[in-house]
Amino acid sequence: MRAEETLSKALGYSAIVFTVLIIGIPVFWLITGALKTNREIFSPNPQWLPSQVMFDNFTKAWEGAPFGRYYINSFITTILGAACEITMGITTAYALVFVRFPKRDWVFVLLLVALMVPEEVVIVPNYLTIANWHLVNTYAGIVLPGASIAFGTFLLRQYFRSLPPELIDAARVDGAGHMRTMLSIIVPIAAPAVATAGLLSVVAKWNDYLWPLIVTSTADMRTLPIGISWLLDQEGNTEWGVVMAATLFVVVPVVLVFLYAQRFLVSGIAAGAVKG
Amino acid sequence: MQNTARHPANSIRRLIKRDWREWLVFLAFAGPNVALFAIFTYTPLINNLLLSFSDWNMISADKNFVGLQNYVDIINDSQMGKVLLNTVLFTSSSVLLVLLLGLGGGLLLNQKLRGRNAARSILFTPNILSGAAIAIVWIYIFDPRFGLIYTVLKPLGIDSPKWLTDPNWALPAIVIVYVWKYLGYATVIYIAGLQAIPGDLYEAARVDGASAWMRFRHVTLPGLSPVMFFLILTSILSSFQSFDIINVMTKGGPVNATNTLIYRLYELGFINFAIGRAGVIGMVLFVMMFAVTLLQLRYLDRQVSYA
Repeated sequence: MRAEETLSKALGYSAIVFTVLIIGIPVFWLITGALKTNREIFSPNPQWLPSQVMFDNFTKAWEGAPFGRYYINSFITTILGAACEITMGITTAYALVFVRFPKRDWVFVLLLVALMVPEEVVIVPNYLTIANWHLVNTYAGIVLPGASIAFGTFLLRQYFRSLPPELIDAARVDGAGHMRTMLSIIVPIAAPAVATAGLLSVVAKWNDYLWPLIVTSTADMRTLPIGISWLLDQEGNTEWGVVMAATLFVVVPVVLVFLYAQRFLVSGIAAGAVKG
Repeated sequence: MQNTARHPANSIRRLIKRDWREWLVFLAFAGPNVALFAIFTYTPLINNLLLSFSDWNMISADKNFVGLQNYVDIINDSQMGKVLLNTVLFTSSSVLLVLLLGLGGGLLLNQKLRGRNAARSILFTPNILSGAAIAIVWIYIFDPRFGLIYTVLKPLGIDSPKWLTDPNWALPAIVIVYVWKYLGYATVIYIAGLQAIPGDLYEAARVDGASAWMRFRHVTLPGLSPVMFFLILTSILSSFQSFDIINVMTKGGPVNATNTLIYRLYELGFINFAIGRAGVIGMVLFVMMFAVTLLQLRYLDRQVSYA
């Protein structure tokens, strides 16, 4: 028994080391790539470390493409998109659980149907709709088709259903309307679930690729992920240092959010999967 | 006053009035979400079906009804076999690798180890990063003349494969990137699943003298089966939808070696403007994903009923 436990501990620690290496080395390559000079990058004997730390690649990347503008576009579309999703996720889930309505379950089934239609299947007709509304290459055009939310509604509904009904009854007897009950009782209690759903929305909007790629047509409307892939097509194999620096522009904000929130985000996602 | 309030007709009237209010609240709360789905999900799904029966290039004013012609074209399309094969190969190998490696990681990291939580978070990180950004980093890693893999292999005297320009290596390269991105998600879910298995079961098995393998076979695996089911389905769905990595790294090439259904949909619709045939691919994708999602929902329902 002892030997068995020691063995599994040893394997466990080697798994930790392996994990750190498998994720860490590519990240190390990204960061050092952004710090290396072209001569170091395109040397026949590539070195692991840059000979000196220099930030020229970052300034070159920032000047090589309108990254200031990409940041503004990404921030606006992420905040608008995630705000729409989380607001509608909360109100829809609240309505489905706490507000009386004939055939309420049919509305729920409608949402389930939406869950089964991935955005990729409907991009062509959606592009045509957005074009008809003259919203191609606008923030509204980027945000609108992804503003509604099915999966988050589904998860929040499960969470709301698990709350003791006495809570809501008490508030209703006190004369609180639905809006107040939702905002001052349900949302605070469900804060962990709401925060997890909200963060997942933010990350998904920030990283969104296919739709913004299709619906933007000029450089000044591109979001960061589209911006760096355009930069890659321009600079490509000639300027790895600049391209890696630009990649860090996209990745760093999300990593900062994740460092701050990882504890409850990771456990929130896990709970969602295990408890459904 | 009290008397009139108690009068049955009055109280019914009040009830109806209150119900009307409730319905209005419901519409205000759930209406916008459902309306947006009507505009951007239900209607376009039907439009997509209609487009798949028409011949259209997105610009011309004529949209001719051509019946099943686009379906016939897709079936006869010499690329289609390759695209389907790529999709199946990509999905099966990436899902299998994510599930097996994730299970290994989950089992090993589920022990009381120092640094376990940090390792779990590090492993999870690629999952929240932009697929486009990850793809770009990996193009540099795979670069056969200056990349990371070249740098590692060079001292060993091994030549780096020409990953993204070699039709034999391009799909494996895409699978590697996909697994790198999603492995942490599977590990985290597995760990949660492992922690949900009651400790008494292991104790009982130990008392009965079950070996480590038997405990794994008869306690861990059955305990994990719902989580595994969930992971298989979510991984299949996300690999079907894996567009950003392929578009940034290979654009479906070289010579269609990484052209999958989702990429082909984009290529036909937004590069060739063959809207009708793109619609057919959309319907194929929809039917496949619909089937997978139905299975997943049945699982979620079952979970909820005994939670």
